[in-house]
Amino acid sequence: MKYIYDLHKTMIAQNLILVYEGEFTQEITKSVLAMAERNMDSFGEQSTVKRKVFNIMVESLQNICKHSDSFQQEIYGKNNAIFMIGKSDDAYLITSGNPILLDRISDLEAKLKFINTLDKNGLKMHYKDIIKNSTGLSSKGGAGLGFVDMARKSENPLVFDFEPINNDIAFFSLKVVISRSQEGGGE
Amino acid sequence: MQVINLDGTEDTPKVILDKANGIFEVSGRSLPEDAADFYEPILKWLEDYAAAADASTKFMFKLEYFNTASSKLILDILSKLEDISGTTVIWYYHEDDEDMQEAGEEFSELVDVPFEFKTY
Repeated sequence: MKYIYDLHKTMIAQNLILVYEGEFTQEITKSVLAMAERNMDSFGEQSTVKRKVFNIMVESLQNICKHSDSFQQEIYGKNNAIFMIGKSDDAYLITSGNPILLDRISDLEAKLKFINTLDKNGLKMHYKDIIKNSTGLSSKGGAGLGFVDMARKSENPLVFDFEPINNDIAFFSLKVVISRSQEGGGE
Repeated sequence: MQVINLDGTEDTPKVILDKANGIFEVSGRSLPEDAADFYEPILKWLEDYAAAADASTKFMFKLEYFNTASSKLILDILSKLEDISGTTVIWYYHEDDEDMQEAGEEFSELVDVPFEFKTY
């Protein structure tokens, strides 16, 4: 039973206020959002920060719903992934992790690296470029704007990593940082 | 024309499209799982409306939050409004919501429709 206490200690040590592991659906997305909103309301988080956290959570959770590769169910379960929110004195950390096929890594990595080279104005241009030139949503219902939007809202680089799982898949981890000292915000 | 009147939910906006009363409004939160499916009837309605539009159309967006998939569909709505002469978009944003203000400004740069900005 010690793992319960260990997990509890880890969560406190890592400043984790919410951890969800399992299947991701729109219903679960809504529940996780509602919990995080109530949590932030409970200690009166300023509205600017709350909106940014909410925004990045939505994109992160819906990315997992749409793009997490589900296979080898006996090992990984059905579309299993992890989503966490950490809160320190000066920032929120929105982290997610999900399995993806190895052959998707290079495109994803290039996209994320490119986004991280852009400044505020560059991100805005990139966003407008994608939305203007896309003919519609992808077969999975995405606009191809999620990561750009997260980078814009967070105003910090996207931190990511690919951990090999086996010959077919890797575990994609993403961390987005939102500073709690936003200019001009607040209630 | 038929009226579209949808109550807002935790992940879809309130929508009123009512030609007889001159009310055209999308407000609240928009983060549906399938944005294309949600907005399809709205885009269809606007196509029908374009054929018999009023001399002046004030289309109001009062969004608290929208996801990126919805942003593409909002641009589709604005593109339809481009073809309806006499249209003005009224873009509401919460007074301390710079991101929503900027989103409106960006949309206004992407389409050829006059925008009015209002805070609430």
